[in-house]
Amino acid sequence: MNRVFVCGLGAVSPAGWNVAALRESLDQGQPFPVQSLERPGWDKPLRVRLVPAPAQRLAFLGHPRLRRTSPVTHYAAAAALEAVAKVRTGNESDPRFGIIVCLQAGCVHYSYRFFDETLKDPATASPLLFPETVFSAPASHVASLLGNASLVYTLLGDPASFLQGLALGVAWLKEKRVDACLVIGAEETNWLRADALWHLDHRAIISGGAGAVCLSLNPVWSVGVELDRITAVHTYIALQPRSQAALAMRAELPAGSPEQLLCDGIGDSPRTDAPEIAAWRDWSGPRLSPKRILGEGLMDAGAWQCVAACDALAGGRFAAAIASLVGCNQHAIGARFVRDARRISHLPATLPAGNMAV
Amino acid sequence: MLFPAPSPPSPPPRVVITGAGIVTALGLGWRRNAEGFRAGRTAFRPVTLFDVSRQRVKVAAEADLPTALPSSRLSARQAGRLDRASTMLLLAALEAWQQAGWEPSDRLPLILGTTSGGMALGEAYFRQAVQSPRRHRRQPTRALYYQSQTQGRVVLDALGIGGPVTILSNACASGGNAIGHALELLRRGCATQVLAGGYDGLNQLVFSGFDSLQTLSPTLCRPFDAHRDGLAIGEGAALMALETLESARQRGAVILGELAGYGTTIDLHHLTQPHPQGDAALVAMIQACEMAGMTPADIDYINAHGTGTPLNDSSEAAAIRRWAGNRAATLPVSSTKASIGHLLGAAGAVEAVVCLMALREQWLPPEIAFETPDAACCFPVVREPQDAPLKIALSNSFGFGGVNATLVLRRWS
Repeated sequence: MNRVFVCGLGAVSPAGWNVAALRESLDQGQPFPVQSLERPGWDKPLRVRLVPAPAQRLAFLGHPRLRRTSPVTHYAAAAALEAVAKVRTGNESDPRFGIIVCLQAGCVHYSYRFFDETLKDPATASPLLFPETVFSAPASHVASLLGNASLVYTLLGDPASFLQGLALGVAWLKEKRVDACLVIGAEETNWLRADALWHLDHRAIISGGAGAVCLSLNPVWSVGVELDRITAVHTYIALQPRSQAALAMRAELPAGSPEQLLCDGIGDSPRTDAPEIAAWRDWSGPRLSPKRILGEGLMDAGAWQCVAACDALAGGRFAAAIASLVGCNQHAIGARFVRDARRISHLPATLPAGNMAV
Repeated sequence: MLFPAPSPPSPPPRVVITGAGIVTALGLGWRRNAEGFRAGRTAFRPVTLFDVSRQRVKVAAEADLPTALPSSRLSARQAGRLDRASTMLLLAALEAWQQAGWEPSDRLPLILGTTSGGMALGEAYFRQAVQSPRRHRRQPTRALYYQSQTQGRVVLDALGIGGPVTILSNACASGGNAIGHALELLRRGCATQVLAGGYDGLNQLVFSGFDSLQTLSPTLCRPFDAHRDGLAIGEGAALMALETLESARQRGAVILGELAGYGTTIDLHHLTQPHPQGDAALVAMIQACEMAGMTPADIDYINAHGTGTPLNDSSEAAAIRRWAGNRAATLPVSSTKASIGHLLGAAGAVEAVVCLMALREQWLPPEIAFETPDAACCFPVVREPQDAPLKIALSNSFGFGGVNATLVLRRWS
């Protein structure tokens, strides 16, 4: 038995607090308005796309562990709950969850606040803030919220690490250590993180949010999508620059075709995007570029690509979808998802327009 | 290809350690550290890396680092950009690499555990961004080298290996998880050689954080002592060269020990406090021993997580008591955090290397400052330097957020 099914998706993005909002924004294909974020001491503001405030208070904030948490945990938790909605009943028969939270910048809000307090006077720096600065805090909170977690890891890295997380989740499933594995990519935004990205790439527009993919070997929970493959990891090293790694990743994935969607990681920065554009120059099928609409979320953007790919399949719009994750400074990894044919028997007569360019 | 993955070999291969590198405040390298741990030396001193005048506690276990790095494939430019954490990581990696005698390879996984990566660079970035907002010099380099994947890539470039790099950040269990994850990769047949370990450098944010929680000891770090009053912070790195027994034998490598078992669990009791009875820690120890095919009766020494905080040590003591049963009364336990402090993301890896040293050289690492046994501890805490016939050692690591990791190591003879 080698089949791994997608049994739920979740997303928080500048478009809103669920996958439907993400889908709608990508279908419309219009870049979200850019907002200004003040950078102290500098009259030129930073360009960002922020997650809007939720329409109503998030119910899970009533959980005792989540009251003081930072936005990255809110995003991760919201995406997680959406992704497990189909498999979680809230009683003892719930599956044993594996949880893998993938981060690049991590808990910048509380780190900023705590270090700012430390520099002003460490004797009064708040002990409430410090635990929330730790990279593993969001994973711990999500595990506590779900309540039936068996294995919990936090992975750091560039956005392609989200696919390392999916591969690790598959290993846990195959070894029967968990019944369902939730892989979450999340980031939050403040001026310091936006400033750091600006120093590395002046054209990028930073954003935040989360994406979650829930995997299982149990076909009963399938949303109509299964994992077909994840390529090898093509690491950027002295002998293999990013451009070559992107090409090597691309070479492991099939040629373009009308029924196959490519969710790439191309955004607003020609220099950063050049290796990925070159790698997919031969692609003849439809293409979706979430970062062009929503901004450079880093790890959450990698997750959005996978969520968008799976969502397009779950909606019956394509037969297969590829997520191309050419990370910014670590590695290039790709994944291909296919429709679970038992669930969806036909393609729609027409494909959506908007951002999907052939 | 990550998926579909090759079918795992049956039975899983045995995994051995053919290289180990270590940097702590006791010194650089195996020999200095083995001497220090064997004697139970302590390495605490006033903090010099940042201002602690307004902190409750003013000491830590700072490592002395060389002014020049050993030769490697790194360019002078790359080497010049390394912060303390990266430097310690690189020193440990070079030692493990040389001891293993491995050759450069296109695909050799590197698995690292860390809690704060290049936080010192992040702090420098913050200061400049706030204090001199229009000054941008060095900020791009800091923004890049702050990230732990960049530090991992530095190791790849220094050794001439192709990765992949995997970085686990399960708080203070990270180093143990990294080595355990490497064991799992090898047992699954995904690799025949893996370099794995943990690293963390001392930095102001983390030091101030633990001080704000009032978990730092204002006296001495005395794990499992009835009068213990907190932990001490340290810094360091340790890496292990792990490979299948078949690979090591084919190369004619010197085998330092066997990594026999790994367990990992999640404790959902509280973000920063363990379950009082150590439920999840107990399961991690059971899992690790099951993988190793052992029972508590087989274990000769436990290198405890033993931070020196009242809550951690009582929880861990309860877990050991429940796990070991009658065996606990004669099972030697110590925490080497009494010597070098809590190394956070490096702790599990450093302590695994200490276990390896103890197994190779047949001694028990003592806690010299230990005075008054806690009634909750039903096991003997190692208080004096002593030789001992050790075959199997178990190492615990528990983290903020609740992830626990347990490793079982076997003497190779």
